Amino acid sequence: MRAWVLGDNVDTDAIAPGRYMKFGIAEIAPHCLEALVPEFARSVRPGDVVVGGRNFGAGSSREQAPAALKHLGVAALVAESFAGLFYRNALNLGLPAVVCADAKRIHDTDTVRVDPEAGRIHIENRNETLVCEPIPAHLMEMVRDGGLLAHLEKRLGRSR
Amino acid sequence: MPATLAQKLVARAAGRGAVTPGEIVTCKVDLAMIHDSSGPRRLKPMLERLGARVWDPSKVVLITDHYVPAYDEESRRIIRITRDWVRETGIDNFHDEQGICHVVLPERGHLKPGMFAVGGDSHSPTGGAFAAYMFGVGATEMLGVLVTGEIWLKVPHTIAMEFDGAFAPGVSAKDAILFLIGRFGLDGGQYQAVEYRGAAIRALPMQERMTLCNMAAELGAQTGLISSDTVTQEFLKLKDLDVWESDKDAPLLAHHRFNADELAPQVAAPHSPANTRPVTEFADVKPQLAYIGACTGAKLEDLRMAARVLKGRKSAIRLLVAPASLRDQNVARDEGTLQILLEAGAELLPNGCGICAGYGEHLLPENMIAISSTARNFRGRMGAATSQVYLASPYTVAASAAAGRICDPRELLQ
Repeated sequence: MRAWVLGDNVDTDAIAPGRYMKFGIAEIAPHCLEALVPEFARSVRPGDVVVGGRNFGAGSSREQAPAALKHLGVAALVAESFAGLFYRNALNLGLPAVVCADAKRIHDTDTVRVDPEAGRIHIENRNETLVCEPIPAHLMEMVRDGGLLAHLEKRLGRSR
Repeated sequence: MPATLAQKLVARAAGRGAVTPGEIVTCKVDLAMIHDSSGPRRLKPMLERLGARVWDPSKVVLITDHYVPAYDEESRRIIRITRDWVRETGIDNFHDEQGICHVVLPERGHLKPGMFAVGGDSHSPTGGAFAAYMFGVGATEMLGVLVTGEIWLKVPHTIAMEFDGAFAPGVSAKDAILFLIGRFGLDGGQYQAVEYRGAAIRALPMQERMTLCNMAAELGAQTGLISSDTVTQEFLKLKDLDVWESDKDAPLLAHHRFNADELAPQVAAPHSPANTRPVTEFADVKPQLAYIGACTGAKLEDLRMAARVLKGRKSAIRLLVAPASLRDQNVARDEGTLQILLEAGAELLPNGCGICAGYGEHLLPENMIAISSTARNFRGRMGAATSQVYLASPYTVAASAAAGRICDPRELLQ
């Protein structure tokens, strides 16, 4: 699926602008990344992957940032590093966020496949495989369940 | 084993004698702070889906600050949902239209040294100024806390930022933190704990310490911490001094030392708090608007700094002041600080997040150049994508307002 490659320090105001926060995610998502990549929300396809440099998701605690990406169908995020709060939010929503030291080897419009459990990214058009940090085990179960809400639903359902 | 302040706070919350940086622990939450934006409008539907109740309403503090005063249909709806949920859930700690959560929380005595707390906002590290472990979480993570009373944490390493000496007149905590972000970058904190220490830090009043910890967020730390002392005790009006501090030989990830005497006022140019250089390099920039606002830059101490510069002067440009809390505004009024600002031409805005968070009715128009005492100048955050925001201390914002260009406050304080 297509890789959308962005730079360092992509902030949450760029991913989900504050002036749209009063609306629901369906109204926020069309403005996702509009200041950086105006055509992003229009052109992104389900299964696509967003690739950042260092400190992807800097800034706010607003969960609408990873939620907007997920709403648009983004299947995974890859970055050299993530802002800690954004990383927790993405995984809590069941959106895999994969730390990859070689993220810069991915070029915009590359076709990539991300395996967050194995910690591997395959760049299909160049037949190149990047090794990345697997998502920690205590979080992967939650991501597999579809995020913290679904995970809690399962846990609470079981204990009843 | 000697331990850092961060380790001690996390160990207590995890019910452990000691914890090691890097290990994953589960902590019991002493306090969960929620505001109207990431709060009930998001939490209520999720709680209902789970059929779950809040684990302990007495440990929840709810504060409206993002959508107050409500100015349109959507914000009125968000505030209505918030007020209804507080009533239904039986939350007694509700501060409605009293100011910004990070300022109201300690002002109303909810924070104590030694606590482990989460807040539904990225500037929650502000609470670390009180030697509490406090950090920001998103709405779904807050749901997890509300349902279980617990949260997982990777025990942080500590990066010590030590300032020896004393800050010069006209130089403030904001200059120190902008300097650190410029020096180490938006990810310099590595999502670990940053601990501010040294004689210059000990000499700071409580709200200046809060500014340092508040912008630990922009430094990319999970939290910013300062050990507790008599300044903490007096601010919180605690009967006894409860000292929480790092052991002397506790291992640190890094220990950076600076001479506070040498620090000049700092300005962060658009569009990143990391674009920081000394104020003197911006003398040719002419802002059209000066903004003193937000949890970062409009507490009582911040208003006092601005007033020290503006006393007997007029602002040459539009000057907006949004005091961070109603109580701070009232003290500023009673002591004459507010009068000085109003006589300088300041327009008073409501006690809330306002422009800083891209909310409310005063967003920056196209191409506006502004100088602001807030925390973030990311492109488009405070209004139009073409607007340009320079971040600075309340001293520097006030001096720039008076001069009509970015101005070193030390010139006006003599």
